[in-house]
Amino acid sequence: MSVNMRFGPYGGRYVPETVIGALDELTEAYERYREDPDYLSELGVLLGHYVGRPTPLYRARRLEEAWGIDDGLWFKREDLCHTGAHKINNALGQVLLAKRMGKQRIIAETGAGQHGVATATASALVGLGCRVYMGRTDMQRQRLNVIRMRMLGAEVHPVDSGSGTLKDATSEAIRDWVTNVDTTHYIIGSAVGPAPYPEIVADLQSVIGIESRAQMLAETGRLPGSVVACVGGGSNAIGIFRGFLDDADVALVGVEAGGEGPSGRHGASLAQGRPGVLHGSYSYLLQDPDGQVAEAHSVSAGLDYPGVGPEHSHLRDIGRVSYVNATDEAALSAFLECSRMEGLIPALETAHALAHVRDGAATLRAAGPVLVCLSGRGDKDVDQAGAALGIDASA
Amino acid sequence: MPESGAERLEQVFRDAGGPLFVPYVMGGYPDIDASRRHAQILAKHADIIELGIPFSDPLADGPTIQAAGQAALDAGTRPSDVLDIAGELRDGPPVVVMTYFNTVIAQGAREFLGAAADKGVAGIIIPDLPVDEAAEVRDAARAAGVALIALAAPTTDDARMAEIGESAEGFVYLVAVTGVTGGEMTMDDRLRALVDRARRHIPVPVVVGFGVRTPDQAEQIGELADGVVIASEIIRRIRDAPDADSADAAVDDFGAGVAGALRP
Ligand SMILES: Cc1ncc(COP(=O)(O)O)c(C=O)c1O
Repeated sequence: MSVNMRFGPYGGRYVPETVIGALDELTEAYERYREDPDYLSELGVLLGHYVGRPTPLYRARRLEEAWGIDDGLWFKREDLCHTGAHKINNALGQVLLAKRMGKQRIIAETGAGQHGVATATASALVGLGCRVYMGRTDMQRQRLNVIRMRMLGAEVHPVDSGSGTLKDATSEAIRDWVTNVDTTHYIIGSAVGPAPYPEIVADLQSVIGIESRAQMLAETGRLPGSVVACVGGGSNAIGIFRGFLDDADVALVGVEAGGEGPSGRHGASLAQGRPGVLHGSYSYLLQDPDGQVAEAHSVSAGLDYPGVGPEHSHLRDIGRVSYVNATDEAALSAFLECSRMEGLIPALETAHALAHVRDGAATLRAAGPVLVCLSGRGDKDVDQAGAALGIDASA
Repeated sequence: MPESGAERLEQVFRDAGGPLFVPYVMGGYPDIDASRRHAQILAKHADIIELGIPFSDPLADGPTIQAAGQAALDAGTRPSDVLDIAGELRDGPPVVVMTYFNTVIAQGAREFLGAAADKGVAGIIIPDLPVDEAAEVRDAARAAGVALIALAAPTTDDARMAEIGESAEGFVYLVAVTGVTGGEMTMDDRLRALVDRARRHIPVPVVVGFGVRTPDQAEQIGELADGVVIASEIIRRIRDAPDADSADAAVDDFGAGVAGALRP
């Protein structure tokens, strides 16, 4: 089956000529291996025995009561994946592909460090060298993940340009790829980038939606009324949404970073950006009138990105998904509520989805059970969230 | 009907009788006035001027051009400021602007290219717009009379070279290294074979750039190709000059040196 290069007008391959051949090669490899029994069984065994799939579906009874969600609040527990987030679903699938393509070296960008850790993990597993680009600001706020990547044998390369966040790390990873394209596979961490990446990442993450649809039916005998996920580049969101796109009665809600609020800095590309090209694809983008890409802001490094995956832009335009946002402050308070009422410390990214469930409960409740993609756990965030919330380790 | 940009560029290649010198100036670096002066100085030595419009996220550029572009943006440089510089170079060698795709579509390709044509711009290079994505911009460029200059790379296979050649106008920019700007090329069999391959598949002149630093290297490339682009090295000389006058002098010296090496 051929790989999708465009979603409506969005997507494409706006990259230097040097990597076009590699994108062609990747497209062909993916077309072939996505149906190859050998590849699929190796990936399937690892997803089962290494990642811990299928991840459970859990009913968050105390939060559902506190937030007044009568028909039930369900968490798809991607936080229980090995390495602590959904990112490993994509990293493993792509590392197995890279091995079959004969690549000797893996590179990745990372914001929150979860994709970096997942890629370092998958590279260690198959014995490939790995370099991860990470903005200097993110290395500070996601310090623990930097140490994890290094323990896993990856080289973490600081990026100082721009604001030292995910956008800058992605640009630098692409430049490395342009330079070392013959030997290197670039594992992009979200459903962004030039085609075929957005489709490959969405496909590898769609396991989240496929599993949770079946689990909802098994547990409740019905489909959820709404599905809520946070959106950085949009990989966990597209992963879970793909399970429900054809279920017209299921409302799909993506939650972007509202940052400092309406008058401040944020990462809400779909709400406040306009279409443009960043990192190889045409999609909604925060930019100035001249097309200079704006700096995003979010308390969560994983949502601190001025772009978004092209499929989300299309889903926005056709009205299939509604995109809302949650501020830093709302996410931090939801982070604490979830920790204290469910004993689940969520990632700050995930906390944005939870904040919307709480603050938008009135609308969501009316539609039936609410399913949230609990995309990751918050161990990585204890320094930063602790500082913001005034929680520390002093006696 | 005035001559189109493609016709003006082709004329320059026909008249030169030797390899062309195509120096790059980042518009707005270190400031608008200085970049205008540098372009005017280089115009005395150059056959074509490549004028950069800074972009926030230049994927094909190494640290030197990135930093210069960021400095230009920090100083408030806008695309229209750079096009104004092009307008002032109208009586000199043809100007080709270099910028990234988002800068073009932010205004709308038609508007952007129309504005460039009004300033006498002969061509445009968009390094993140590969040939398969270029149809719409190519139409807008043709309508405006601006040549869309395609890029080819060491990783471009023969079939794709031919595809690039088919729609090429003005010249094709052949990237000498697998990588971003600012590295260093070496004249070896691999590069000779690449230029040879490009010339076989591409009917318009082939100009080589990326990683060319010295007059010697320019001369070596000039033996094989129709022209040579030098960018990062010029920016380095401006960056390392102690003051504006020495920067002007460094640009003049370097331009004279390369021009001399190309046509002794
Ligand atoms: C736990 C978690 N959730 C969500 C995200 C956002 O990425 P995406 O939108 O691709 O799911 C990240 C990114 O770092 C993450 O670590």
